[in-house]
Amino acid sequence: MIEEIFTASVFASTLRLATPYIFAAVGETFSQKSGVLNLGLEGVMLMGAFAAFYAVHATGSVIIGLLAALIVGALMGLATAFVSVTLQAEQGISGIGIYLFGLGMSELLFVRLIGTPVSVEGFSRIYIPVLSDIPVIGEIFFNHNLLVYAAFLLVPAAAFVLNRTTFGLMIRAVGQNPEAADAMGVNVARVRYMTVTIAGTLAGLAGASLSIALLNVFQQNLTSGLGFIAVALVYFGRWTPLGVLLGSLLFSFVNALQLQIGSIGIEIPSEFAVMAPYVITIIALVFASKRAEKPTALTKPFRRGD
Amino acid sequence: MTLRRFFTSLLDTTPYVLALLAALGVASILLLALNAPPLEAVGAIAQGAFGTENATAETLVKATPILFVAIGISVAFRGGVTNIGGEGQMIAGALAGVTVALAIPQAPGIVIIPLALAVGFAAGALYGGIAGALKAYFNVNEILSTIMLNQVAVQMMNFLLNGVLLDPSELGSNAIPKTARIVEAAELPRLSISLPPGLSDLFGTAELFGRTRLHWGLVLAIVLAIVTYILLWRTIIGYRIRAVGQNERASRYAGINIQRNILLSMLLSGGMAGLAGAVQVLGLQYRLQTDGSATGFTGNAGFNGIVAALFGGLNPLGAIPASVFFGSLLVGAQKMQRELGIPASMVTAINGVIVVFVVSAQYFVHRRSRRRSVGGTPEREPAAPIVPAPLETPS
Repeated sequence: MIEEIFTASVFASTLRLATPYIFAAVGETFSQKSGVLNLGLEGVMLMGAFAAFYAVHATGSVIIGLLAALIVGALMGLATAFVSVTLQAEQGISGIGIYLFGLGMSELLFVRLIGTPVSVEGFSRIYIPVLSDIPVIGEIFFNHNLLVYAAFLLVPAAAFVLNRTTFGLMIRAVGQNPEAADAMGVNVARVRYMTVTIAGTLAGLAGASLSIALLNVFQQNLTSGLGFIAVALVYFGRWTPLGVLLGSLLFSFVNALQLQIGSIGIEIPSEFAVMAPYVITIIALVFASKRAEKPTALTKPFRRGD
Repeated sequence: MTLRRFFTSLLDTTPYVLALLAALGVASILLLALNAPPLEAVGAIAQGAFGTENATAETLVKATPILFVAIGISVAFRGGVTNIGGEGQMIAGALAGVTVALAIPQAPGIVIIPLALAVGFAAGALYGGIAGALKAYFNVNEILSTIMLNQVAVQMMNFLLNGVLLDPSELGSNAIPKTARIVEAAELPRLSISLPPGLSDLFGTAELFGRTRLHWGLVLAIVLAIVTYILLWRTIIGYRIRAVGQNERASRYAGINIQRNILLSMLLSGGMAGLAGAVQVLGLQYRLQTDGSATGFTGNAGFNGIVAALFGGLNPLGAIPASVFFGSLLVGAQKMQRELGIPASMVTAINGVIVVFVVSAQYFVHRRSRRRSVGGTPEREPAAPIVPAPLETPS
């Protein structure tokens, strides 16, 4: 029974399913570290997922699909930055607006431009000589598409940028004490514009990892809450890329288990399996809220002279 | 009202007018990009929403749950709690309401209906109260917790509809999961307006809305909006809720129990959304059914209620026209889809744009009021007088 559940394929799909969580949540980490709660992630992901899907559907090239998702994600990120940094809008509520926009817009474009459910030829698995042939290990670690590897490489890269570069220092300063950062000559608005745009771009990429790598389809509300979980994962991961990675793996593991349990016919109502990540998120938020790592200026717009 | 005050009040509606104009602009660009003439689209929406007696009734039917949710959202947002959980609270209310109605089929309507509505309110309140208590006592971000609870509620509903609540006659079939039909006595009566002879000639019917699906839920919602307005602005309870929302620290110094008021805002807010769900069951569907998707039962009213509340200026009375407006968009968009081939999901996108613009427009209001006041002292509306501490009755 246990061997039937914890198979190599479950661990392999855990890594695969973690991809969209990692992209979206690492991007969100940049945004939140700088003090901006970017709640519209879900909407940006949907737009990115559709852009990638449509581009691949039209041109057959996954590279163009990827670029489309990155561009759309960056544009949505810029729009988010304009709203939450320049116009200093309440971040929670404006994020819901961006979510609704992405939800409606991606469906509108899908119905209008494609209409019927079709699948596309997305990123294919990369065969790595020798490594992919190792039993078990090969199946779990070396049998994935490009975006899976990219997501796992993103984590140390993001940690490096946040902890070891001047840009990272500015991000943390702006999120922790924008007044002080401003007094030291850091352009608070510019830093936040950059982080929120990074978050948008990566959310677009997260959408693409669903629509042209993991599932190779698009449908209305494809992400179904994944973007919101990604926002919560940043709390869960204590605002560090490594913590976010662990959280992503936990959630994707639950997702993978749920698929596996369904496929071997164990009688757990599927609703509870689908519910599990959300319940875990709420519990995680209770514990996360006690921590001191939260950026002090999170959700607080910065205004000179206040 | 002096002229000056009149102009000030006019200025206060500017963000909403600006937001609406901006949204219209975005919608026009969208329509042009989709090769549809904007004026024709607006015409189709207006025609579809108000063109016939039945269309108007459908608009009001759509507006009803949105209004219930919007009233609740107004309370929560005024209390400083960003409740995004209308969807889940609505489902909780519907599940509780339908369970009551199905449990006591032999009881008279005068018992079933109030009981089902009250239990629906209580269930929504409790469900909202989870997020409220988590915020008040564990400092959990309520936006995230309510979003997660929405998803949990959808799954809970699907589980119950495929199990204990499943219509017995559907056992073993693959039809849409739904409960049995409630008894006729439990139905909220249909709403029609008898017209005097003069008016009946004008409308061409003696009984306006006589053959439509319009039900008493609308009246209930409007009454609730008025009651909630009074609660918020004419009672000490509402005063405390708003004080906490406006300035938590000052409220604490004034002796207001912050945690209890945060919880109270969420209980009330969730309760209204719960009523939306129960009314939807008792007044319209006569059962609880869904297509299994996240919005299968609610029709996204939990989110549209947020939009309507914002657009109504977080005032329950303002939420009434706002809800009718968004109801008309939803109903009218169906006609636009049929006639011009523009997917109705455009309304969702435009709603998002409106939310963003309404919230962003606050910036211009604040900037203006800052410029008006000398030396850039903090903006916001003038602070209400602080409650004298002795008024705080311990309970």
